[in-house]
Amino acid sequence: MQCCVCKEKPATVHLTQIVGEKMQKLDLCEECAKAKGINDPTSFAMADLMLGLGASQELDPTSGAVEIKCSRCGFSQADFKKSGRLGCPECYHTFAEGLAGLLKTMHKGTRHTGKAPEALRKSRETGDRLKLLQKKLNKAIETEDFETAAKVRDEIKGMSGTTSSKATK
Amino acid sequence: MKDLHQFLISPSQAAQQHGPNDRIVMSSRVRLARNLREFSFPGWAKKPERVKILETVLPAVSALPEMADSFAEAMDNLTALDKQILVERHLISREHAAKNVGSGIVLNREESFCVMINEEDHLRMQALRPGFQIREAWNAIDRLDSALEKKLNFAFDNDLGYLTACPTNLGTGIRVSAMLHLPGLVLAEQINPIIQSVNKLGLAVRGLYGEGTEALGNIFQVSNQMTLGESETAIVERLEKVLAQIIEHEENARQMLLEKKKKVVFNHVGRAYGILANAHSISSKEAMNQLSFLRLGIDLDSFPGTDRALVDELFLTTQPAHLQKQISDKLTAEERDLIRADMVRERLKDVSRPVTK
Repeated sequence: MQCCVCKEKPATVHLTQIVGEKMQKLDLCEECAKAKGINDPTSFAMADLMLGLGASQELDPTSGAVEIKCSRCGFSQADFKKSGRLGCPECYHTFAEGLAGLLKTMHKGTRHTGKAPEALRKSRETGDRLKLLQKKLNKAIETEDFETAAKVRDEIKGMSGTTSSKATK
Repeated sequence: MKDLHQFLISPSQAAQQHGPNDRIVMSSRVRLARNLREFSFPGWAKKPERVKILETVLPAVSALPEMADSFAEAMDNLTALDKQILVERHLISREHAAKNVGSGIVLNREESFCVMINEEDHLRMQALRPGFQIREAWNAIDRLDSALEKKLNFAFDNDLGYLTACPTNLGTGIRVSAMLHLPGLVLAEQINPIIQSVNKLGLAVRGLYGEGTEALGNIFQVSNQMTLGESETAIVERLEKVLAQIIEHEENARQMLLEKKKKVVFNHVGRAYGILANAHSISSKEAMNQLSFLRLGIDLDSFPGTDRALVDELFLTTQPAHLQKQISDKLTAEERDLIRADMVRERLKDVSRPVTK
């Protein structure tokens, strides 16, 4: 088995963490494990490591030297490793890629399904509906069900006219 | 500035508050984490930015009808003792008690709402209820949040929900929790398997003062951990189910102990009475642990005519800061132990020895 960081040396350090019902596994060589600060398994937080590696765990270590910083508040990945907290709301976009894996291990899902501020609730519902219709449309096209596709297309057209221009990202 | 100690409900009044199942569920709480879109999180924001956030949030919260006539103050205006008293009342976290300039608190008259400003997030709004009332607490804080979102621009993302300083609170920003008194499960040695199975359901079990604290006085806090991917009502309902089961287990454990291990129960209750009614020096930790068994004795009718409120009041007044507040001189820990013992003996002087049948 190869180390999942350097992809060169054989993996001799194997980490498994179970959060809720989800299991995360990492296989590292001794050097990479040390570089990531894993010599004491009891004080080790998988989450930090996951964030450093990125969701895909395929981050090229040679290109990883460039540190990402939040353009709004100047917060860096190193700061996150230190505190486990982010700098500002914008950081969630800055570090979106790295956070995706972390959120998966931490939470039940990766998409919010609860309350939303009333001002955003409508655009949120519209957005959900549009996504659903788009999926339907793609499926209809794939299966060459052009009658349904035309119907769905018209529905999407009708909706985009009513979508508020203030829709958030 | 309002005097915190005139503002706070007295310990005896606080102990008189009742709610469903309060034999076992001492209190329920729901907190929501919220942040303002345009500012850095409190842990990263510099002092001037934190002050600006406080100056934006504090008046907005105080102006809500639910918070009329509230205690609204910047943390740097509170003494260390005031802050410690708020911690002992479970109104603010220990983390918040360590804050100064740029942080604040808004507490309403009934002490049913308490908002921490610039703790880990810009807002930590809590609804508190006596007994098992997590649904009521959620409904209350939901209304407060809806009223507040009209005045403050909360950081919210369509996919990730409410954005919080720590990713563990992301999404709903909700923490639903209940404080449970579980002496039966502890004595029956069933508490560890219960904690383990509760953990497996993705819920956390903590000690009296939250994260990383021990379960003094057989008091445990059960709360949700995951905040993303599940709606608030789903989380509340899940907690309700689990809590109802823990209550049932605790009742069963007490029943089983009375049927099969009477001596174990009476030994603990009797010793607790003996120590509390006769000690001349007692630490707050020992007081908590013995008061827990006294409380169990009251629940099991070993002290006819004695109200549980007596113990619940002592749970508060024996805490270090509450004790210090009653005495004008600055006390050392040893001096506090003497005064604590005097106070407890005095309060228990009309309580007769436990009936053990």
